[in-house]
Amino acid sequence: MKISNRKFFAGALLASVLLAGGVSFYASSSPDGLEKVAEDVGFIDTAKDHTFGDFTLADYGIAGFENARLSVGLAGLIGVGATALMATGMFMLIRKKSPSQNR
Amino acid sequence: MHIPDGFIDLPTSAAFAGASALAVAGAVKGARKQLSEQSAPLAGLTAVFIFAVQMLNFPVAAGTSGHLIGAALAMVLVGPYAATLALVVVLIIQAFLFADGGLTALGLSIFNMAVISVWVSFAVFMLLKKIFPKTKSWLVIATFVSALISVPAAAIGFVIQYAIGANATFSVGTVLNAMVGTHILIGIGEAIITALTVSAVLASRSDLVFGWDNKNTKLEIRS
Repeated sequence: MKISNRKFFAGALLASVLLAGGVSFYASSSPDGLEKVAEDVGFIDTAKDHTFGDFTLADYGIAGFENARLSVGLAGLIGVGATALMATGMFMLIRKKSPSQNR
Repeated sequence: MHIPDGFIDLPTSAAFAGASALAVAGAVKGARKQLSEQSAPLAGLTAVFIFAVQMLNFPVAAGTSGHLIGAALAMVLVGPYAATLALVVVLIIQAFLFADGGLTALGLSIFNMAVISVWVSFAVFMLLKKIFPKTKSWLVIATFVSALISVPAAAIGFVIQYAIGANATFSVGTVLNAMVGTHILIGIGEAIITALTVSAVLASRSDLVFGWDNKNTKLEIRS
């Protein structure tokens, strides 16, 4: 059941959009492994505030948005878009060019 | 396992930033040889998918959550060089846009997740591929195990950084036990998500999976 390139890319992109834009709302908000260890062992106090902690998108939300579902969903979509631009741009730049593309 | 600023002192952070920069330069060189017209967009797509799944924290134990790193996933799908670069992009976006992971600690985080996690999982994966039969099911099992190990491997990376330059005086042994214990649990989640995703790609487009040697298999069937 081999599917076409177009279908494969569209499917994977759609999955990413749904996960970052929708499912992310249901993610656990408990501290992650490192943060929990830092709390339990006691070195959490050495953490400093993030340089961009007051930035609009800090902690995967849009500052000032009341609706939590929209806030995290939109932040997720922006992240998907930004990652797509940066990663695709970088990989297209460093891939080996086929001879037909050399002008 | 995104490290905030302050856990590790600046000289240590700078040293690991330098080491990470060298590793990234090496990865660019390696990826240049491996990425083709077809696999370059796939590497970009892998980074996007990893960003999305990294947002999904799952509960692992009382009051603790974890999320995918994606190092083993990217390694199996697009090879270790492109995997390192995909993870670097995700970590940069997270640190600069979403205040997730400190800026002075970025080199530390990149070293653990984009370098150690990717290359340890690659070593485990290549070893298991040699031992296991050349079938898709066994490839998924090799993927599962390498993903499982990739997470405590990154955790040990942090413990090494803590041992060298922590801004705290708690014993390294205590931190090691806590980090490895917690991250083996998170590694199980990592392994399940990675194995499911690789299975889905193997079922629909096995020719796109770096870790799956299509040509060899075809030759074996014909003989």
